[in-house]
Amino acid sequence: MPLLKVDSLAVDYRTSRGTIRAVEDVSFSLKKGETLGLAGESGSGKSTLGLSIIRLVPYPGVIVKGHIKIDETDIVKLREHEMRSIRGRKAAYIFQDPMTSLNPVKRIGAHFIELIRTHEPNIGKEEAFERTKTVVKNLGILSERINDYPHQFSGGMRQRIMIGLAIALNPDLVIADEPTTALDVIVQAKILDLLESLRKVYGMALILISHDLSIILERCDKIIVMYAGHMLEYATSIEMHRNPKHPYTQGLLQSIPNIELFDQKLVAIPGSPPDMFNPPKGCSFWPRCSYVKKICRVKEPPLIKVGRNHFVRCFLYGKKGVHVERNRKS
Amino acid sequence: MAKKVFMLSEIVKVEQLKKYFPVQKSFLEQLFTRELSYVKAVDNVAFSIRSGEIFTLAGESGCGKTTAGRVVVRLLEPTSGKIYFNGKDITKLRGEKLRLLRRKMQMIFQDPYASLNPRMKVVAAVGHPLGIHELAKGGEKKKMVLEVLEKVGLTPPEQFVNLFPHQLSGGQRQRVALARSIILRPEFMVADEPVSMIDVSLRTTIIDLMLNFRKELGLTYLFITHDLAVAKYISDRIAIMYLGKIIEMGSKELLFLDPKHPYTQALLLAIPVPNPELERKRLGLTGEVPSAIDVPTGCRFHPRCPYNTDKCSKEEPQLIEVEKGHFVACHLMK
Repeated sequence: MPLLKVDSLAVDYRTSRGTIRAVEDVSFSLKKGETLGLAGESGSGKSTLGLSIIRLVPYPGVIVKGHIKIDETDIVKLREHEMRSIRGRKAAYIFQDPMTSLNPVKRIGAHFIELIRTHEPNIGKEEAFERTKTVVKNLGILSERINDYPHQFSGGMRQRIMIGLAIALNPDLVIADEPTTALDVIVQAKILDLLESLRKVYGMALILISHDLSIILERCDKIIVMYAGHMLEYATSIEMHRNPKHPYTQGLLQSIPNIELFDQKLVAIPGSPPDMFNPPKGCSFWPRCSYVKKICRVKEPPLIKVGRNHFVRCFLYGKKGVHVERNRKS
Repeated sequence: MAKKVFMLSEIVKVEQLKKYFPVQKSFLEQLFTRELSYVKAVDNVAFSIRSGEIFTLAGESGCGKTTAGRVVVRLLEPTSGKIYFNGKDITKLRGEKLRLLRRKMQMIFQDPYASLNPRMKVVAAVGHPLGIHELAKGGEKKKMVLEVLEKVGLTPPEQFVNLFPHQLSGGQRQRVALARSIILRPEFMVADEPVSMIDVSLRTTIIDLMLNFRKELGLTYLFITHDLAVAKYISDRIAIMYLGKIIEMGSKELLFLDPKHPYTQALLLAIPVPNPELERKRLGLTGEVPSAIDVPTGCRFHPRCPYNTDKCSKEEPQLIEVEKGHFVACHLMK
């Protein structure tokens, strides 16, 4: 039984200029202990997808279709007060910017104690304090420092604290949204190592959202490539690296410089991502695709299976692939 | 043949360059301490750039790479040191002479959302340098703008000239910024993280354009980046900076195949590689980059260095040539 099952999810932003379909027809599942990477450029809907899993899509975003099941509970239907028992305890979110996510006038320890006691009111102050110490120690921060204020910590340390706050209630699933984008490479590697080791210690599943395909390929078991709200490809990271199917994935892989290679020739993907108010008809990628066929401009390709644990949304593979049966029942 | 000789000449040379920023103190502190403290953003840096090459300053945030770039084009006044351009000392140039120099050296910035005036149409922004230097007016100016827009791949250019920056995507804005910087046909350009805010799929086009201009217009670049993978792709030579100093410098082959400084080694091992089947080793570094106000004594890297010895905390290592064209500042090298 998967820990998380997302089925035909669609999310809209209803703005005054019109409606944007930010996430369209996304389905995947995640088992305990697995790591899933959401890769995509800005505006691809990867953060919206991540936020919808804990139902925190900002206004004017609305989940318009589909199901999100965490441990068999469909959270799309839950009421707001019921969601509070899911967030933090079942699924937690690590935000991108550690500089603005902490309260500047509160000591680090107070952040943890408030979190623990809000979710578990019968825990005393002493016990919450002891638990905070253990978590902070696991983050590689000296336990004396829990009496310090956020500004006394460096960016990397603050991101560690954010991670600590996410795992303090021992959730089954942690969603990390660009957790290292604001950080330097050495600190970035350490934060990702920390996430990996915590994931092993606490046995949680991890969704890693990043625009950096290198990080995702290096750190995740499975990958979803997002583009203009659609999942274009879904595969294990080894499959995705050895055998990328979608022209967009292929293009992305050819446009990231690899530190291991000399005389690499980077190939650019022509054009630019679509205007989401006015998306192209048919496949969202066709205006930039070098294999574009007639059908791509009129019909949206379905997600089809092209191998074990490998799915792609592209007409190039229509005949060879097997159509995926999706559960449309509500 | 003639080109080869040209390649070897140095277009930019920097000697003992320092840029210190004074730190603001509170009133009370000012009363009780006489001494001013400084952020030593660039602390005794020397390098030279050959004509036609792409020289990269790389390092983590706060290492002084951007400050160094700005000092080189005289956007910031150096605290001390000398800057030469085409063999001429430009450290103290002022007024009209400086303005004429700016025609030959241009800069392109990281954030295309901030570097373009939101109230200036593309045609005005790109043509602006022509006006400042009184090189072209009216129809001729517009013709030159159209030409240069075509060069940066904004085609057909007529479609773009009357747009405002907010009507363009990030990648298109960066192309406009690039067009504006090459319209004067400069010889030298400082490119400060020109692709780090641009989506991956559009990055390559900007990089390719820059490489093209080197060939077509004979441009020389000082490229500034934190991304060593991009640096490796684009550069001929790279200097790694740490806390205001160059700690290793050499051709990209030397630097990537045989990194000597422990910091360079740690940096290279920390870079993610897009290959899930590769086992990575990492060099455990402790701590984070210290503040540039209280620089550690001796070697600046010693508190984090795994090979730290007594000497390292006492004596500052000099940048020495350990093999031809490969410079390292580390006591391990002797």
